[in-house]
Amino acid sequence: MAHIRAHRVLPGFGLSLGFTLAYLSLIVLVPLAAVFLKTITLTPEAFWQTVSAPRVVASYRLTFGTSLLAAAINVVFGLLLAWSLVRYRFPGKRLVDALVDLPFALPTAVAGISLTALYAKNGWLGQYLEPLGIKVAFTPLGVLVALIFIGLPFVVRTVQPVLEDLDTEIEEAAASLGAGRWQTVWRVVLPTLLPALLTGFALAFARAVGEYGSVIFIAGNLPMVSEITPLIIITKLEQYDYTGATAVAAVMLVASFVLLLTINGLQGWTDRRAARNG
Amino acid sequence: MQSGFEGWGRLLAYAVLGASYLFLMSVVALAQTSILNVSYDVSRELYKDINPAFIADWKAKTGETITVNQSHGGSSKQALSVAAGLDADVVTMNQAPDIDILVERGGYVAADWRKRLPHDATPYTTTTVFLVRKGNPKGIKDWDDLTRPGFQVILPNPKTSGNGRYTYLAAWGYALDRSKSETAARDFVAKLFANVPVLDGGGRGATTTFTQRDTGDVLVTFENEAIAIGSELGTDKFEIVYPSLSVEAAAPVAMVEKVVDKKGTRKAATAYLEFLFSPAAQEIIAGHAFRPRDEAVLRKFASRFPAIKTFSVVQAFGSWREVQAKHFADGAIYDQIIVKR
Repeated sequence: MAHIRAHRVLPGFGLSLGFTLAYLSLIVLVPLAAVFLKTITLTPEAFWQTVSAPRVVASYRLTFGTSLLAAAINVVFGLLLAWSLVRYRFPGKRLVDALVDLPFALPTAVAGISLTALYAKNGWLGQYLEPLGIKVAFTPLGVLVALIFIGLPFVVRTVQPVLEDLDTEIEEAAASLGAGRWQTVWRVVLPTLLPALLTGFALAFARAVGEYGSVIFIAGNLPMVSEITPLIIITKLEQYDYTGATAVAAVMLVASFVLLLTINGLQGWTDRRAARNG
Repeated sequence: MQSGFEGWGRLLAYAVLGASYLFLMSVVALAQTSILNVSYDVSRELYKDINPAFIADWKAKTGETITVNQSHGGSSKQALSVAAGLDADVVTMNQAPDIDILVERGGYVAADWRKRLPHDATPYTTTTVFLVRKGNPKGIKDWDDLTRPGFQVILPNPKTSGNGRYTYLAAWGYALDRSKSETAARDFVAKLFANVPVLDGGGRGATTTFTQRDTGDVLVTFENEAIAIGSELGTDKFEIVYPSLSVEAAAPVAMVEKVVDKKGTRKAATAYLEFLFSPAAQEIIAGHAFRPRDEAVLRKFASRFPAIKTFSVVQAFGSWREVQAKHFADGAIYDQIIVKR
């Protein structure tokens, strides 16, 4: 400790670290600990039975599957959007820039109801999609659409500032050194953006896993087909089954934590690789 | 200078007057009794009409002014809030288990709450009926039609909604009455749920899916909801079909003992609950499309409530506790049916 302190330029390290830990404990760790404490009142067998019931397992598959897919789609199109917003000038650019944040501000239930109205078989889009055999509302596809909607700003807003810092001169330098267009994108631009893209992916994914309000209206909520894990948790609460609800919540937390940790690790790896190459 | 001082003096006088007025008002407000009715979602408009009637009645009888506050939400969620310390003087729910839980968790409600008021402490009932599109294009007459292959039935999730639970029980009771066999009843309900394309969280959500999203051939819901759809969206679009047999969904009410003792509102809370059974309140109830318990009032509104054969949950299934354990608990019959569809 003394060794660390000796090298700090600004004072107050101990105080700020202490505050950080206390604050984090109060806001994040204590509520999460409560979930785990409630869970361990179950016997291991009862716990396993609750979290491995076929219906619950089907809901993990849907929630984590669609969340990962939605985050991946958002990475691709969020990058495109961020690119257009940073690199191009077009009329109404500020308006588009502001629109990106709307999914943040909209109450999720409103998003869910509007999306359902849009994609139902008598909706603006649904009436053209249904004859083609594409059902969106009340299917897992609807869940995906809702998750893409709520996750988009996370990717755009994390990539945008990095892209703004990325000098076009670097691309010009690459071009003048004989790199082709794809080579420039692949070897110069993308590696720089990768950490930001990963962060955006992680944020969009984390948000999607816990999302309830917007999904519940469009999902159809059929067990084994379109029932998300948060609904399973709510259902258990409605039956006064607190421990069952916290057991499933604990599984979700651990799974999300492991996935986020992996993404963070991946980010560290890309940073180190970039440093080595640079 | 002189006048300026006077101005300040007057201002001070006004301020003192204003402050003492506010103080007096708050003392009056504190002295005034207020009770809180914690209820389920759909009863919001009903109690908005009943409360002023009770306040007037209480004033006429005792000369006291009383305030009635109301809180609404999902029935089970509301029960949990009360168990967690929401200061409800009375609870008015749409299914008995949401009051029984307050007996089991912390003894908020007396164990014999059903015996404290007439009709097992249920001032009104409703029943599960069908709503079909105008002209009944698919010719739906009874429960059997709902199990036809390729048919789409809209109903709320029995796991999260009392409305959905009653629908399940109505179908089960009908099939059991016809076949006298549990296995046949189970097959019947399984066939019905195989026809369900969407499970909304609550009754209102199912209404939206059926009426606004144009999804499904029939909506199975409470009679009061079906009548409300008619008056909200026009009777030219939908019509109600009464099945040959359905379930009686009685709405139970109870006093929260712990809270009324703490607040000293036992007398007012008792009067409030008893008022629900008075002819005046029963008329308001009938006006909101719930079936009143009062025979005279029911006769007066006979055109609104066609006679329908119903069975109560207790008659057909023994008790709510048995229903919960056998049908709706995790891994029980409903779960088995819905997972295999």
